[in-house]
Amino acid sequence: MSIQAGWEAVIGLEIHTQLATQSKIFSGAATAFGAEPNSQACAVDLGLPGVLPVLNAEAVRMAALFGLAVGAKVALESTFDRKNYFYPDLPKGYQISQLAQPIVVGGTVVISVGEGEKAVQKTIHLTRAHLEEDAGKSLHEDFAGLTGIDLNRAGTPLIEIVSEPEMSSAAEAVAYARKIHAMVQYLGICDGNMQEGSFRVDANVSVRRCGDTQLGTRTEVKNVNSFRFLERAIDYEINRQIELIEDGGRVQQQTRLYDPDQDETRMMRTKEAADDYRYFPDPDLLPVIIAPETLQAWQASLPELPDAKAARYQTQYALSAYDSLVLTSAKATAAYFEQTLAAMGQAGDAKLIANWVTGTLAAQLNKEGLDINQSPVSADFLAQLLLRVVDNTLSNKLAKDVFDALWAGEGTPDAIIDARGLKQITDTGAIEAMVAGILADHPDKVAEYRAGKDKLFGFFVGLVMKAAKGKANPQQLNDVLKSSLGSCGEACGEEGAQ
Amino acid sequence: MVSYHLNTLTQLRAGLDSRAFSARELTVHFLNRIAVHDGALNSFITQTPEQALQAADLADKRLAAGESGSLLGIPYAHKDIFCTAGVRTTCASKMLGNWVAPYDATVHHKLNAAGAVLLGKTNMDEFAMGSSNENSAFGAVKNPWDHAAVPGGSSGGSAAAVAARLVPIATGTDTGGSIRQPAAYCGITGIKPTYGRVSRFGMIAYASSLDQGGVLGVSAADCAVMLQVMAGHDARDSTSAPVPVPDYAAQLAQPMAGLRIGVPRQWFTQGLAVSVAARIDDALLELEALGATRVAIDLPDAALALAAYYLIAPAEASSNLSRFDGVRFGHRCDHPRDLNDLYERSRSEGFGAEVQRRILIGTYALSAGYYDAFYVRAQRARRQIAAHFAAAFAHCDVIAGPVAPTVAFDLGAHSADPATMYLEDIYTIPVNLAGLPGMSIPVGFAGGRPVGMQLIGPAFSESRLLAVAHQYQQHTDWHQHMPAAYREDVL
Repeated sequence: MSIQAGWEAVIGLEIHTQLATQSKIFSGAATAFGAEPNSQACAVDLGLPGVLPVLNAEAVRMAALFGLAVGAKVALESTFDRKNYFYPDLPKGYQISQLAQPIVVGGTVVISVGEGEKAVQKTIHLTRAHLEEDAGKSLHEDFAGLTGIDLNRAGTPLIEIVSEPEMSSAAEAVAYARKIHAMVQYLGICDGNMQEGSFRVDANVSVRRCGDTQLGTRTEVKNVNSFRFLERAIDYEINRQIELIEDGGRVQQQTRLYDPDQDETRMMRTKEAADDYRYFPDPDLLPVIIAPETLQAWQASLPELPDAKAARYQTQYALSAYDSLVLTSAKATAAYFEQTLAAMGQAGDAKLIANWVTGTLAAQLNKEGLDINQSPVSADFLAQLLLRVVDNTLSNKLAKDVFDALWAGEGTPDAIIDARGLKQITDTGAIEAMVAGILADHPDKVAEYRAGKDKLFGFFVGLVMKAAKGKANPQQLNDVLKSSLGSCGEACGEEGAQ
Repeated sequence: MVSYHLNTLTQLRAGLDSRAFSARELTVHFLNRIAVHDGALNSFITQTPEQALQAADLADKRLAAGESGSLLGIPYAHKDIFCTAGVRTTCASKMLGNWVAPYDATVHHKLNAAGAVLLGKTNMDEFAMGSSNENSAFGAVKNPWDHAAVPGGSSGGSAAAVAARLVPIATGTDTGGSIRQPAAYCGITGIKPTYGRVSRFGMIAYASSLDQGGVLGVSAADCAVMLQVMAGHDARDSTSAPVPVPDYAAQLAQPMAGLRIGVPRQWFTQGLAVSVAARIDDALLELEALGATRVAIDLPDAALALAAYYLIAPAEASSNLSRFDGVRFGHRCDHPRDLNDLYERSRSEGFGAEVQRRILIGTYALSAGYYDAFYVRAQRARRQIAAHFAAAFAHCDVIAGPVAPTVAFDLGAHSADPATMYLEDIYTIPVNLAGLPGMSIPVGFAGGRPVGMQLIGPAFSESRLLAVAHQYQQHTDWHQHMPAAYREDVL
């Protein structure tokens, strides 16, 4: 959606990323999602009197990996602070977070907005990323007139990744969020599951008239849990703010929630005065010290990240910049692509796979709302299917039919080809016989063609293909038909080949 | 009938090991004393006779099996701030009334494993906030030397119980003087170790950067035995120190010759009662006679320390006590109308006046716009105080001075004016701010009430402090004095 002329939007994101540690950030309790309420909360998570936090070293490593991956400064010494506020799902009455000395400062990511050759790149700067503990959950629906508290999530390690307000459209914001989402999954530090809340985005949105140098008053849209909703929430908020100002109103600093059912944002609370969280250094925790050698070892352990992988795809596989970008935009997509390529062995055709993964497969996944790692067609099956394309067993058209059958779970590619008799007719003699038969049945049309009515070529192709039940190799059919019909006069061209 | 309560831990140990008496007999003896005397003193919040007898029987079995151990079969009491699975932990607050921890504090775990026999949990100022033990939801504690006097606080219950020999020894905690000051007021020996020496896990927090568990006993030698068991690094407390624990008992005989005792000039001026100063001077003469030399030093920050403490400690407390919100445990008001009502009434009803005062002070000190002026400056003052101690220790090995400006005051004397009450801690607070170990040892009486002398050492010099105290106690008998009303056997 484009922004109304004369206006511009300023957007910054805060992304709460749950780290994929086995245990919590300050206790030994497990972090798995979906357990019985309060079954994964120990005395420390419950904030019982007398308990003390002990930092999980793995959370520090994961946060540092993120910092290294975005080229940020990873602080060799960082500290924890207490953010004090009362809420029933915050057991201690404070959240342990990092304010004064966060573990990650700065960093950049490059985003790409737009499709194909029109894609434009933009560098987004990060302000910081800090370690903190997640709160529990308030369950307002389950008990009439009461609120239930589930503290399983309390103490789950998070990094809050804060961007500079450098995005100017919902599309840019989504591209940035997707890029961070890809990075944390490449790094193996977050499962990326947005439905389960592993990756939650808050968008700070303000608008101003083009040319204004001062930022407008911002609103914060909290806890958006899908990229599609993020885009719609930001678009809604931009338009709401512009309309409000044009109608003579004033944007209030507010926290808002996006309601996907109504496709609108609604006020959650006003923030006229800044909240006073009475931050102070947590006296229960020592500063986090990372030895320079440790940081070097972590740097050396970084996996290949999306940008590097995309560059490699262009040089190694001669893929286009756009295909490379799309294939590497999610770790699972790149893994699927690479597995398909590997499974095809010597006959592997990167361009062909790229076309299928970004085309047919992506369309089908999108249609059914599935992630690539939920695809009913595995990388191995796609490889077997494409091997039959490469060896001319299947036309692209037939391959699509087999793909659909694979999607429906009808068996292996070869079994489907056999069962449906889809094997392409590549026997030249057989095709010649079919062509001869068709031409013999339509002497008048043959004469018209030879008199120069070249459009009839397609008519013959269709008849032969029908006779072959669609299985004739199209190229061979063209060749045989052309030589059988002979010249069609000066105008006769190459058309008809499908 | 043997008067076990007149024995040292060393004597009790020997008796248990030689089967002169059993842990059960010992336990029954002290349980009887508690039963007879504590009605007047109110030094216990919870007595655990049944569990104590079970623990004593277990200790006797272990002894019979040939085991020994410094505390195996020795009765003791916990300040009611240490979490004990199965026995309620109240912190002397209505807020925690009947709360039972589902886990043991590290200190309790260690004492339990050592076979020590818990007789009960002692009274204290609510959440360890106070210097008189009058701030307890379970009522004030009386000083065994004079029932009109306070026992000091916040570990007043432990101090009174040990002074009356209701238990041979007890745990305490010290955030601004809460072991040393009641030890002084009750004429017993107390040690607050270096910050990080004893695990804080399971010790309900008042001010996390200052709180430290320690011991109140009859003598330095007794304290050394119990501290030995309590001390050491704990993986569950990030602020506990990974520093090896020396053998305290083995080092009690360190020679005094050549020991330089620093005496802060500024601590013997206005504000210190003349009679208290005189008793401390006597004690210093005694130490000199034992071979130590006296060195005048400067510790100019006492008033600054008091101000810094009453910002830092309440600031941390305001946050530490946020978890008492009526949602998951502790006191909850009846029929809350909404969430804010639940918070406001639960906390207003559950916390006493002094706790509420400190939460408010701390909340204010951390508020936007005041944080830099109060909390940040207080932390700067704290660093300055630590630096002045470090400079002083370039000239001396141990610092000696008063524990408190006066002897124990009368119950109710300072109730109307919290600021004068806060002055009680002026000599002890700097030690907490600097994280150093400090002791209080009895050095005589003024007006019939005990006087304590404070000993302060560099970080992790507990063995030196204990040795100085021990050698003083080898040549004096102030630590053996006990209030006459509690001397006799009860049965």
